Amino acid sequence: MSSPHDVVISGIGLVSSLGEGSDAHWHKLAQPGLEPVLETARFAPYTVHPLPDIDWNLQIAKRGDQRQMETWQRLGTYAAGLALDDAGIKGNDELCATMDMVVAAGGGERDEAVDAAILAASESRNDRDVLLNEKLTTELRPTLFLAQLSNLLAGNISIVHKVTGSSRTFMGEEGAGVAAVETAAARIRSGQSTHILVGGAFQTEHSDMLLGYELAGYLHRGPWKPVWQRQGAEGGGVVTGSGGAFLVLEQREHATSRGRKIYAELGPIVSGRARRRQGELDAEIATLLKQVALPNGKLLAISGASGAHAATTAEKAVLDANSAIAARGFSTLTGHMKEAQFPFAVALAALAVDHKAAYPVFDATAENPFEGVPATVLATAIGYHQFEGMALVTAA
Amino acid sequence: MANLNDHMGRPIVAVTGIGVVTSLGVGKTDNWAALTSGKSGIHPITRFPIDQLNTRISGMVDFLASSSKGASPLTYELAELAGLEAVAEAGLDSSDFGGPLFLASPPVELDWAERFSLYNSDKDKDDTAAERLLRVARSLKELDIFETTQFGSIADRLADRLGTRGLPITLSTACASGATAIQLGVEAIRRGECDRALSIGADGSATAEALIRFSLLSALSTHNDIPEKASKPFSRDRDGFVLAEGSGALVLESLEAALARGATVLGILGGCGEKADDFHRTRSKPDASPAIAAVRAALADAGLGEDEIDYVNAHGTSTPENDKMEHLALSTVFGERISSMPVSSNKSMIGHTLSAAGAVEAAFSLMTMRESVIPPTINYDNPDPAIVLDVVPNKKRNAEVRTVLSNSFGFGGQNTCLVMAREPV
Repeated sequence: MSSPHDVVISGIGLVSSLGEGSDAHWHKLAQPGLEPVLETARFAPYTVHPLPDIDWNLQIAKRGDQRQMETWQRLGTYAAGLALDDAGIKGNDELCATMDMVVAAGGGERDEAVDAAILAASESRNDRDVLLNEKLTTELRPTLFLAQLSNLLAGNISIVHKVTGSSRTFMGEEGAGVAAVETAAARIRSGQSTHILVGGAFQTEHSDMLLGYELAGYLHRGPWKPVWQRQGAEGGGVVTGSGGAFLVLEQREHATSRGRKIYAELGPIVSGRARRRQGELDAEIATLLKQVALPNGKLLAISGASGAHAATTAEKAVLDANSAIAARGFSTLTGHMKEAQFPFAVALAALAVDHKAAYPVFDATAENPFEGVPATVLATAIGYHQFEGMALVTAA
Repeated sequence: MANLNDHMGRPIVAVTGIGVVTSLGVGKTDNWAALTSGKSGIHPITRFPIDQLNTRISGMVDFLASSSKGASPLTYELAELAGLEAVAEAGLDSSDFGGPLFLASPPVELDWAERFSLYNSDKDKDDTAAERLLRVARSLKELDIFETTQFGSIADRLADRLGTRGLPITLSTACASGATAIQLGVEAIRRGECDRALSIGADGSATAEALIRFSLLSALSTHNDIPEKASKPFSRDRDGFVLAEGSGALVLESLEAALARGATVLGILGGCGEKADDFHRTRSKPDASPAIAAVRAALADAGLGEDEIDYVNAHGTSTPENDKMEHLALSTVFGERISSMPVSSNKSMIGHTLSAAGAVEAAFSLMTMRESVIPPTINYDNPDPAIVLDVVPNKKRNAEVRTVLSNSFGFGGQNTCLVMAREPV
């Protein structure tokens, strides 16, 4: 039964190594046997899924704006623009001025050259704090700080796309993406918002972004493998990817009254924080599956599994235990996109619902075919280190 | 029987616990005594060398166990202290809070101390700095350094310590973050998702690099000679904010739940308003329209008219731009009345606690109403003739305060305002 306050998805903006836009992603991912785009040399021994060629001008018209950002903020602003375009909101001053926004963000890129010079100098100096002052006061670009600030992705979206109803930035890896979507949907259901932009971006092609995983040994090394097949391989199992995913969530009544296409309805969203050191993760994932109230019959699941050994093993065990579930681990084809992982999973789920077709297996060894029309699709993001979330996406 | 719902039929949100840490001390008692006696917490920087630095003063919190251990450990300790004080005052179990956590905290990065030690722990190989850091990183045997780089880790630890429920939300709206954390808690209670929420703003990120970054943007005061005089909101010779650390925490609770368990109601969180600015990354729209819209949205959300606000706890950073813009916003919203309304800035004494500021200042706003004492704006010796405000200059004032507007504005076009009341309205 649909209700006027349902949350529907009326715009999708995607960028990954596979390309840009929701159509491009659907067409590629619907091809059986699609090969991932891999960069194996630049960050060896790590493999990453690199950004595609992007003409930033298409979504960020002013060169001055582009110069104020580094790649991460450009990528997010670009993906947000794609979603706004897709929803028919871009350039509509009234809709943008009343649009709320929740962005899931980490931090932006540091200046690697400045950092490397400081580290090199530190080999021969003991007064490292003085060294820092000397170098940072003279060599940092003043505006780089703004390109690093977490909330300045949202700030740039306000400036470039004029989304100014409200602006919030959630931090905390995959959990930030889960909470962003969950909070945005709750605002719509309660009548606080009529339309919200929600999503995130991750630019992995920077050594600090890899370091953020590797300080705990989370990255996979050696020959690339699909996300479900990295147990026992060298390293920690995560292969990262650059990408971004933004969704326009809208109150059903609001979307239909302006005659917009609806991809899908966003159903229940559940989230949790297993105390993993106490072994709670398996039970937590099972509990979330129960809370999200799966429908009867076959179910397509778009899994955001990162490849991280413990979390991915736990998720796979719980999904495999339910024979009705056919999972698709999209990190096989896009890499892990951290804060953008959950919005990306929800977007892929919505595309399958909209096209009334499941994706073929992304990994013939570990995934089962799905026949028929997926009227409801599960999206998951089990954090590589902490926090878990799931949502159900259903036919509009 | 008290009315338990507000003018829009939503549950009224009460405050039942308050916690605060600033450079003036740990806890409400010490902070309030200092704040109302016009004492400044701004002092010379000793945490790191000041060679080459244009700004050599701050409101750092230098007296905690983690004060010299880096931004993440100190931010955690600040958040924990404020959270524990608030939960204890609310009379709740400090290890089983039982509601969600909303944490405003600064973005995290690998500290330089760790960068240096990782890099210099393995000098043998002929590789780039980035390669060396990654190679050393993957052989680390413990998670301590890793967790300082995860944006969700401070909240995760707090959730363990305080027994909050569910996925904790860590957020940043720059210098409005503390207010946003409170807003998220209010909204969760109003939507009926929970009976209580813990909102904390904490910031222990005053590193050398942070100071240099703000300096490069010309945002900081360079009045180094008399540190306690450097933060002078609304004065003609104000020249920037003073970087500071601190934390504030509120236990928010539906009035119904608070009364049902016999809790003391310390105040009411009546309204929240926000509006994003699309003008510039660091500057506000010259007509102050987004700040004006945020103030009006907070008043409307609280169901109060412009004539029903008794006192404004200003953002009042002491930057030339903010104070001018804030005055324009307030005079636009409140009209003639603004010249006779008390408007003071806590930052004159504690500096700008960044991600914590909105929460710290909400805590002080609530205490202002409870104690019927308005903390002053100190260092107001040279008024800006273009800003005609009653800033409660230099000395506290005894006054009945029934309602407060607290402003928070931040880089990235963030504007969030809170309206608080002493009693349900």
